[in-house]
Amino acid sequence: MTQFLDISGLCARIDADGQEKEILKGVDLSIPPGEVHAIMGPNGSGKSTLSYVLAGREDYEVTAGTVNFQGKDLLEMEPEERAAAGLFLAFQSPIELPGVNNANFLRTAVNAVRRARGKDELDAVTFLKTARAAAKELSMAPDMLKRNVNVGFSGGEKKRNEVLQMTLLEPSFAILDETDSGLDVDALRIVAEGVNRLRSPSFSALVITHHQRLLDYLVPDRIHVMAKGRIIHSGGPELAQQIDREGYTRFLAEAEAA
Amino acid sequence: MNAITKDRSDTLAPFGTRLDGVTDPVRKAAIGALHRSGLPDRRVEEWRYTSLRFLSETPLAAPAEVYDAGQIQAQLENLGLSTGPLADLPRLVFVNGRYAEPFSVLPAEVKVSFFAKTQTFGSLSAPDRDPLTALNAALASDGAQLHVPAGKNGGDVLLVSLGQTDTPVSFHPRHSVTLDEGAQLTLISIQAGQGRYLHNPVLEISVAAEANLKHVTLQTEGQDAACLATTYAQVAERGTYDSFVLGLGAALSRQEIHARLAAPFATVHVNGAQMLGGKQIGDVTSVITHAAPDCISRQTVRNVLDGHARGVFQGKVFVDRVAQKTDGYQMNQALLLSENAEIDAKPELEIYADDVKCSHGATVGALDDDQLFYLRSRGVPDAEARQILIHAFMDEALGLIEDETARALCTQMLARSFPVAGESA
Repeated sequence: MTQFLDISGLCARIDADGQEKEILKGVDLSIPPGEVHAIMGPNGSGKSTLSYVLAGREDYEVTAGTVNFQGKDLLEMEPEERAAAGLFLAFQSPIELPGVNNANFLRTAVNAVRRARGKDELDAVTFLKTARAAAKELSMAPDMLKRNVNVGFSGGEKKRNEVLQMTLLEPSFAILDETDSGLDVDALRIVAEGVNRLRSPSFSALVITHHQRLLDYLVPDRIHVMAKGRIIHSGGPELAQQIDREGYTRFLAEAEAA
Repeated sequence: MNAITKDRSDTLAPFGTRLDGVTDPVRKAAIGALHRSGLPDRRVEEWRYTSLRFLSETPLAAPAEVYDAGQIQAQLENLGLSTGPLADLPRLVFVNGRYAEPFSVLPAEVKVSFFAKTQTFGSLSAPDRDPLTALNAALASDGAQLHVPAGKNGGDVLLVSLGQTDTPVSFHPRHSVTLDEGAQLTLISIQAGQGRYLHNPVLEISVAAEANLKHVTLQTEGQDAACLATTYAQVAERGTYDSFVLGLGAALSRQEIHARLAAPFATVHVNGAQMLGGKQIGDVTSVITHAAPDCISRQTVRNVLDGHARGVFQGKVFVDRVAQKTDGYQMNQALLLSENAEIDAKPELEIYADDVKCSHGATVGALDDDQLFYLRSRGVPDAEARQILIHAFMDEALGLIEDETARALCTQMLARSFPVAGESA
């Protein structure tokens, strides 16, 4: 128990074409305040499902387990309440919102979260100043604030837009679901730097990735290996290189034997 | 065969003796047609999705000539016509179908006459083919007749129809707009009111060569009203008729438009949007006729339907044998916010030319779960997230309105008719 984020025995399933499919089969994971943890694992191990369940997506049914977030029962909260409480999910495939201006979207989100946190709303001018500065730090083209949310954005632009949202919403806990996928090395470094800037004793993150590369820039405190709906191994940052060299076979075999 | 021989006069009962004792030949012919056809019921193909039963329940008298000026003033203020950018525009205000001079300001570059004086019916409408047009011809008492001379720009003109009644009435204004060669005009029609009434206007539009008419209609009639409006437009060579109808009000509304591209390189836009809730019925019916080669027609109609509301879209594009190189596009899209809302869409292409580019489509769906979750995961509360997505859907349609004043008016009136209840309906 860390008193920050504690996931215990979490089981969840999804209704896929009338078939109920168990995806999370007892996830135990604790993340202390101020730490960045990474989850690696083969495709289909339940990494993205874990991120969706934590963010409150309704398609998944939690069948067992608890998630305690800063002393609150996370699973009882609506998605917007989770965001207000400080949770942020950077989507693996960011959603396009045709007809919704990106700057308006960001301001609406920021002010909704500020309202819920008991802070004053930002006026349009102050907000735009903040947003422009943050976008510049992420090397985003200035017109991306004027365009519709994610519409016509390249893969890299979408991921940067996720990090921009994260920066402006000031979460205490961020989940980055394969934010590195589809990024070239330069974009990867920019995104990693964006996350690193947020690192502080009051910011934790869970980074879901397939590649060790991101973790070179965004060095985690702990790495967890996830397979078949559970965490089967945990270790220090050096685990990334080991996985890169050897793959997951050894961990899977060990888990099988246990 | 019995449909032809059967007298369907009984459906005209709500109008009582108002159809008797007419001598004018046009009106007599219209009444004759009306007695044969009656008001259409749902067995008539063009009225299959929209029932006029609403009308048969109550006698509809001729409106009194006096009205409460204070209430009219209040209605104009409520529509935002007394202050702000619309306050300075010339306007022709009609109350219960009659010209109300004290509230009107005549435009400078537009010649205006009134049907009450001229009694000229125009030649574009076809009372023998459409009962609602016949009803209008039979009972019309007034209407605006706008004429922009060649090469003149008439600017923005408001044509405002207000219903104001304590007892059920019907009024049948007869309007016309004529643009001579190279003339321009932006006509903003506003249909609004209070009380139980039938507003049954007919508008004839003639756009000469190289002329350009922008026409935006805001239908925000009273919640007990029926608005059955028919527009006949004819566009000559290189002329443009660019229309948009926003439907928000009335228990029952039908905006029917017949647009004829009569000469080469003419353009018509028959766009629209409606947002309905409760038990509202909103019908957008159009017949676009390509009667000449090289013409362009565009139609995008978006519907947001909540509660038990029902939207109807009937869009026919007819391409004559001579109308080669026709470029036609038609799209109807509906967003259903409740399980009890309904859209009936009947797009039709009838093409007799062999070298044309015509496409049409229809979509219907609920709010997108992924988009909703995305917004909520950013802290936006559920109800607000729904509104953002509904606004986005409608804004894309309103973006088709070129005239900024008209677009701002529509955007504002649309925002005011929020919130639709969404999930709670």
